[in-house]
Amino acid sequence: MIAKLLINHYEAVAVILSGIGLANLLLQRNLIKVYLFLAAKGWVSERAAPILLKDGSEWVMDVDKYVNPIPAGLVLTGIVVSVSVTAFALALTLRFYEKYGSLNIDSALSQMTKEQEILEAEAALKVDIGDNIS
Amino acid sequence: MNDGLKKFLLDFYNWVTGNGARTENEDAMTELPPVLPFTMEPDKIQSRFHEKTLQERRKDWINLHGLSVFSILYRSFSIITCVVIVGLLLITVSELPPFGDENNPANNEVIDRYIKLGGNETGAQNIVAGMILDYRAFDTFGESAVLFTGAVSVLMILSAARRKNDEPKNKLHSGFNDRNFLKRAPPIHELKDDDAILRGVASLSIPAIILMGCVVIINGHLTPGGGFSGGAVLSTALILCANAYGFKKVHEFFNERTYIFSSSSALLIYALSKGYSFFTGANHIESGIPIGTIGNIFSAGLILPLNICVGIIVAGTLYGVYALFSEGEI
Amino acid sequence: MLIIEWLLLIFLIVCAVAVSITKNLLNAVIIFMSYSLVMSVIWVLLRSPDLAITEAAVGAGVTSVLFFLALRRIGQMQRDNDKNKKISEASKN
Repeated sequence: MIAKLLINHYEAVAVILSGIGLANLLLQRNLIKVYLFLAAKGWVSERAAPILLKDGSEWVMDVDKYVNPIPAGLVLTGIVVSVSVTAFALALTLRFYEKYGSLNIDSALSQMTKEQEILEAEAALKVDIGDNIS
Repeated sequence: MNDGLKKFLLDFYNWVTGNGARTENEDAMTELPPVLPFTMEPDKIQSRFHEKTLQERRKDWINLHGLSVFSILYRSFSIITCVVIVGLLLITVSELPPFGDENNPANNEVIDRYIKLGGNETGAQNIVAGMILDYRAFDTFGESAVLFTGAVSVLMILSAARRKNDEPKNKLHSGFNDRNFLKRAPPIHELKDDDAILRGVASLSIPAIILMGCVVIINGHLTPGGGFSGGAVLSTALILCANAYGFKKVHEFFNERTYIFSSSSALLIYALSKGYSFFTGANHIESGIPIGTIGNIFSAGLILPLNICVGIIVAGTLYGVYALFSEGEI
Repeated sequence: MLIIEWLLLIFLIVCAVAVSITKNLLNAVIIFMSYSLVMSVIWVLLRSPDLAITEAAVGAGVTSVLFFLALRRIGQMQRDNDKNKKISEASKN
């Protein structure tokens, strides 16, 4: 089994990198590092398996001499989509930092629960006052 | 007997939740100190361990130990899950056919057709460019739409701060003051004075970069490259210009109106030229542009205009996102 | 050729692990840039020059610049927050 893994080394490395990205997503507390891995995970998962020799020449239309062009198209789209997703995620991070004051998920969560409790207490208070008035 | 059982269950339930009276020997309880009228002593009797109910014990334990135990459990489970998933995937990888073999199922008849008839049908010398802009043009359209949507959403998020001018209604959200988000921090480009080295290098390299970008876009069907690569290179030229010569100069010819107008029209041209296949039942309407001979620049039918459209969209989007991050406006 | 492929792939894994371990965010973004560069070289080895040009221009160019800008903006906000805290504490005293 290990011998076969060594032959398909590109795909094996792609899988390992995806695993590292997943672990980072679950365990990392800092938000920006999560985005670094989401960007890297996207185009690794689309690894090609080409044959030898190059692509592009015109009058030689023999199939045996060209690289498989289909994964190239898919990966191209993947790279561009990952750029736009990264940009969007960074914009959201900037707003997140502005509101909660830190990039650490745990402290932001505690702040969010405190705000939630205060909001619920205020809402309950308003309901009481409303009942008394009416 | 059922009554006794029910009473027993009721007592057990009351004991767990603490609703019922404590049934331990109340006669043997110690005497409480007398409560005098003007003393303000709070009730300082801490219940001992065997007098607490199960629910209170559970709450105390959670308050003391819950966070650390949860974090340890969470970390170990996530590591185990990742290792298991990676292991399963590696086993799958070892079952795959060998790398680059000719009998792979991935190299099937579709590639035969693309390579043999691709040159004559699309007129493109670069098989990849011909494939993504002729055989699979709809995927490229979707990807351009994703780029445009990303840029518009970043525009909405980061420049809404300038349009809101009212005070926050809630004292709670006083940190989230929209007005101060981008006005407190001065724009990055205005902090710099004249940088002679940067300006010298930029004045030499910006024309070269723009030229290379245009060459890569226009020769998309002859050489490797195409719309995306050329658009990315053009955007780096714009970013360098904004860095070296100040943001105001670029703002004169590339502002928000220009970007939205150019991107929307480019997307519309793309949609009109390739999106009708849904309504005609995947029958290809012949466009008036001839395919021409392979190897000329003006060949390959619609590939050249589509490359230019994609290049415009990509360049505008990448520069627009950069400008929003550093200035707050395009 | 096989040795070069193995070396590049191992460097890729090392970069990925290093990004998740470093504490300094600036270091993490710089390592991410080198990861992008190595990916670009690997695309050339796999014989797709389209992907190599696009990856070099986009990964090592625009994405890294966006990360640097975001870090700089966060640094400015942090400094403003600290300044505001000091001003409010000084006014209380």
